[in-house]
Amino acid sequence: MEWTFTEEQQMLKDMVKKFVDNELRPVAAKIDEEKKIPKELIAQMAELGFLGIAFPPEYGGAGMGETGYCIMQTEIGRACASTATFIGAHQSIGSSGIYMFGTEEQKQKYLVPLAEGKKIGAYALTETSAGSDAYKPQTTAEDKGDHYLVNGGKIFITNGSFADIFTTFVKMVGGPNDGKMSVLIVEKDYEGFKVGKIEEKMGIRGSETSELIFEDMKVPKENLLGREGRGLLVGMKVLNTGRLGLGAAALGAAQESLKLSTAYAKERVQFGKKLSQHQGIQWMLANMSMEIFNMESILYRTAWMYDQGQNVTRESSIVKLYCSEALDRIVDDALQIFGGYGFTCEFPIERMYRDSRINRIFEGTSEIQKMIIARDVLHARDL
Amino acid sequence: MKIIVLLKRVPDTEAKILINQDGNGIREDGVKFIINTYDEYGIEEGLRLKEKVGGDSKVTAVCAGPEESTEVIRTALAMGVDDAVHICDPALAKPSPFTIAEVLAKAISEEGFDIIFCGKQGIDDDMAQTQSILAEKLDIPQVNNATVFELADDLSKAVLNRRIEGGDEKVEASLPVIISCEKGLNDPRYASLPGIMKAKKKEIRVKNLADLGFNEAPSSGRSRVLKWLPMPKGGECKMVEAEETVDAVKELARLLREEAKVV
Repeated sequence: MEWTFTEEQQMLKDMVKKFVDNELRPVAAKIDEEKKIPKELIAQMAELGFLGIAFPPEYGGAGMGETGYCIMQTEIGRACASTATFIGAHQSIGSSGIYMFGTEEQKQKYLVPLAEGKKIGAYALTETSAGSDAYKPQTTAEDKGDHYLVNGGKIFITNGSFADIFTTFVKMVGGPNDGKMSVLIVEKDYEGFKVGKIEEKMGIRGSETSELIFEDMKVPKENLLGREGRGLLVGMKVLNTGRLGLGAAALGAAQESLKLSTAYAKERVQFGKKLSQHQGIQWMLANMSMEIFNMESILYRTAWMYDQGQNVTRESSIVKLYCSEALDRIVDDALQIFGGYGFTCEFPIERMYRDSRINRIFEGTSEIQKMIIARDVLHARDL
Repeated sequence: MKIIVLLKRVPDTEAKILINQDGNGIREDGVKFIINTYDEYGIEEGLRLKEKVGGDSKVTAVCAGPEESTEVIRTALAMGVDDAVHICDPALAKPSPFTIAEVLAKAISEEGFDIIFCGKQGIDDDMAQTQSILAEKLDIPQVNNATVFELADDLSKAVLNRRIEGGDEKVEASLPVIISCEKGLNDPRYASLPGIMKAKKKEIRVKNLADLGFNEAPSSGRSRVLKWLPMPKGGECKMVEAEETVDAVKELARLLREEAKVV
């Protein structure tokens, strides 16, 4: 057993940290305030290879696998949850489906520009009536010979307002797969595609979340991703990796919370002693540190398993569940240590507290993760 | 065009520096090491020059330092440097600028060069001597603290601004030349992710003193480091507090006169 990053992975970590320190952390508060990630920042990340890190070089990626992706998201998550969310939606769920299920033509046409960051991706699953019960879309697709005619809409789509390519879930109407789910690759320029309402949110405000409307949208038949009627498989496989990256960004935010809290506790004096000399505060720091160690351990073990080609359905749900819940406890303690100052917008803890909450909801709520874990446990033959 | 960039492995600017027990170096445990920040300007300038001149131009990094320097050399390779020479020998532990310049001169001569870029100083021991001694050993002109660099179209001379107190001095130097770089010369690039993946495949030629034709470490010159001392501790700080500023000033004046006895 070995438990160290490779030389490349260490270099990646150092390089992303440097980028985050110089370019991202200084603008993180502004990204939140202005509810927008600057286009130049996205272009710079694309140029450096951030937007296709996990995919092989032959498809425009950096070939650093899921572990590399997690290392990057951990560092980005330290400074800006909105940016981590943007990348996650683009790469981990917005492009992975095409990588895993796309034909060679689809990969060349869509995955390469996505991985190179020339196009932005998004994952369109959620609908007004399909949230946790995600795989029952009301958006319909009808086979019209050379194209599918799509009608309906999506909500809460990260990057929805500016993405170019959407991994979109639809229900088949008529034909042999009537009522079953399929996945279509949708381009924003298709006639009948419209961006609807952009949501106002409590946290990750820099990540744009919007509604999509499809009115008699024609999608070419060759844009079917995977097999017709087998969309469930695409959805589940894609979310397996999505959950890992989400855990990585949560880990980064947790590490940053501990760093900020420790520095503050060693500085702030109350009752004639530094906060760090009060045992009540020490216990909070100890708990934070313990949970971070747990997060880090399960995340990178699972990322490694994934890169080895192992099935990580249960493990990635455990990572998502544990990391999102632990982060909420950690930012709560961090805010408590900062006291009234933590509640003000002067300190980043306030933003990190708001940003944390969504992690227990998106890409499957905590309750859904428990269902997945329990289902896997109940079917397991090797307990 | 053959471009050489010099690298030094130094402690991270954020690292907490503690003197070791023997008083002859720093405690390296838990300290992260990076490329000397001024050397990064040199790397960037070297890469830009290569991109501009094109053809069969090549950027070679030369680094003298312990085995662990491989890490910073790989970072330079990931930024786009083509290959590297790593001078590594136990006899070169804690070398003086004279010693280092001597071995660098040998290694660089073996490589061949048209232009050499390096940082204006190492951010660790701040001696700022190596480039000047090296220029002397190679018998070439040197321009220190460069903030602007341009190469004449016929590649025969460099036109530079060098930062001096209160302004810049514009100078011209014939090639080959060694240029030490000042902050502001450029914005060093990040190693791109594909660059990181390619770095491992690039060649690092490791050479010890014998490979360079030395029987022992070259002389350390006429100065010698005797001991390293920790930063002197600042004195106790006393805060003067009063309701009115005027009263605080009066109290401060009294303390300066009666306690500190400085006025």
